Amino acid sequence: MADQKQNINAATTDLIGWVDRRFPLTSTVKAHLTEYYAPKNFNFWYFFGALAMMVLVMQVLTGIFLTMHYKPSAAEAFASVEYIMRDVFGGNIIRYMHSTGASMFFLVVYLHMFRGIIYGSYRAPRELIWLFGVGIFLTLMGEAFFGYLLPWGQMSYWGAQVITSLFGTVPFIGPDLMEWLRGDYLTSDATLNRFFAFHVIALPMVLLGLVMVHLVALHEVGSNNPDGVEIKEKKDKKTGIPLDGIPFHPYYTVKDTVGIVVFLIVFAAIVFFAPEMGGYFLEHNNFIPANPLVTPEHIAPVWYFTPYYSILRAVPPVLNSQFPGVAAMGLSVMVFALLPWIDKSPVKSIRYRGKLYKGWLAAFVVSFLVLGYLGTEPSNLWGQLGEWAGGADRATVVARIFTAIYFLFFLLMPWYTARDKTKPVPERVTK
Amino acid sequence: MKKLLIIIALLPMFTFANTAEKLESAPIDPSDKASLQRGARTFVNNCLNCHSANYMRYNRLVDIGLTEKEIEENLLFAGKKVGDTMSVAMNPKDAKKWFGVTPPDLTVETRARGVDWFYAYMRGFYKDESTASGWNNVVFDKVAMPHVLYQLQGEQVLNHETHALELVKPGKLNPEEYNAFVADLTNYMAFMAEPAKQQRKSLGIWVLLFLGVLLVLVKKVKAAYWKDIK
Repeated sequence: MADQKQNINAATTDLIGWVDRRFPLTSTVKAHLTEYYAPKNFNFWYFFGALAMMVLVMQVLTGIFLTMHYKPSAAEAFASVEYIMRDVFGGNIIRYMHSTGASMFFLVVYLHMFRGIIYGSYRAPRELIWLFGVGIFLTLMGEAFFGYLLPWGQMSYWGAQVITSLFGTVPFIGPDLMEWLRGDYLTSDATLNRFFAFHVIALPMVLLGLVMVHLVALHEVGSNNPDGVEIKEKKDKKTGIPLDGIPFHPYYTVKDTVGIVVFLIVFAAIVFFAPEMGGYFLEHNNFIPANPLVTPEHIAPVWYFTPYYSILRAVPPVLNSQFPGVAAMGLSVMVFALLPWIDKSPVKSIRYRGKLYKGWLAAFVVSFLVLGYLGTEPSNLWGQLGEWAGGADRATVVARIFTAIYFLFFLLMPWYTARDKTKPVPERVTK
Repeated sequence: MKKLLIIIALLPMFTFANTAEKLESAPIDPSDKASLQRGARTFVNNCLNCHSANYMRYNRLVDIGLTEKEIEENLLFAGKKVGDTMSVAMNPKDAKKWFGVTPPDLTVETRARGVDWFYAYMRGFYKDESTASGWNNVVFDKVAMPHVLYQLQGEQVLNHETHALELVKPGKLNPEEYNAFVADLTNYMAFMAEPAKQQRKSLGIWVLLFLGVLLVLVKKVKAAYWKDIK
């Protein structure tokens, strides 16, 4: 490998040659772009990795400009956001790009994860790619949560108050832990300052590091594809290039560019014409400055957190402690990390799986969406059941059923994937 | 797979369709500069004594067709400069003593509550002897603010059987005139909440046109590169 690298770098001349003798430029470009062979049968679902990268870059760039004008202080934060919206040149567009970018980041990451699930991209030898990806997802959730406090509106404030108070439910150390996280007895100026530090420095660095190892691991083992067959097993005898592989650059760079432009059209339509997205991307209550003395009637997290928030609310307290709900919420996010080891199917892709798996996956997707919807609404949404059920909220009962399905999808996976009737997998990739 | 995509695409409609209460849609036209100017005058004369608009600069009213000179002569309070924000001199602590609550800053009020709510609120005051101010409101129960515009609207009472408001003592304006008056104010409030909204939308059309052209080009590039891949 090292010899090969030296050969590549020794062959170049002029300025590139000068750089190559001091830095692995040509060999890196070849390894990751022009001679990185990706399966030729990528479909629609394979756009979202590149899109997530682009949104990340956009969030970093718009974030830098917002940081130039934003004031991380309880007395000035809300006003500084309005200053950006009114007096900073292009500030309103930059701010909307950042707020829309947060929601779109989760949208593309959810679709990217779903791609990984349906085509079995987490299976051996790609377990580490998946684990790094789960790490990215968790970091992203933290990043979004810390960032949401910064506008210092009512939802920012009470959202942070509710989420930090979840840590107060941890047995024994809870209250101390909560105070330590907030830096005060309740969410305050001190909390805003530290959340700002986490949002603009700490987590972005972790995120960029994880994205790098995610890609390094991917380029080491090679991409999976919609058929779930390993293209490296069938190589051209002379060149050693996978028969079903094509160089990432130029083929996928030009293809991903089409995806990026389509995405930007959707993105621009939101930024310029509906940046609040009916209160789902920018919540109405967040245009009221934070007030520690007035609790809003209905506190709901932004849409991308609502499935987990539903799970939190659905789990009943045990011995007067809310901790089981908090633990269930944590588990519902972490459980994705287990997928590489609980999936016992002989095939990777949904194309060759049987009805049993497809049924469970459909039930999981429906659960995720229903829980997501219920999380945006108060739990008395559909009224109460009669006396026979103790007058329980209908929506809570529904949330409990779907929470159970959500976890059963993972819990029963070793059983139903092993039992499922699969179809034969082709030798080479198909159209 | 296609079905799933359709379901995902349709999901927002399902959630957005769920609105708690139906309010009458406010009859406002953000491109009507005369209406915005009338609303601005109403706001400065009637609201800006107790309520502030701390994030709004007077000279932003240039965007609704006024010149800085017109703003200085007609809308500016004594001692203010045209580049100042619409702050009020009232001490928030005094205000709390007098009204029970500090009158909220109104700069982005319609973004928090919506224009339809504001339109209903300004028309929804009725006489209620059980409250401190003697006024109540159909969309804001036990509101601390008295009906500032009652001389214009007149006095309404709530019919507890039909839940409808009835005008028992006419004001200076008839109901149509008063509705139009409130609509102008609502229009101005929406402008003040996001002064750059109209510019944003017109810029957006150009951005989308550019991206549309770019899409055609990048699709052709992609097709050219991919023609040999079977």
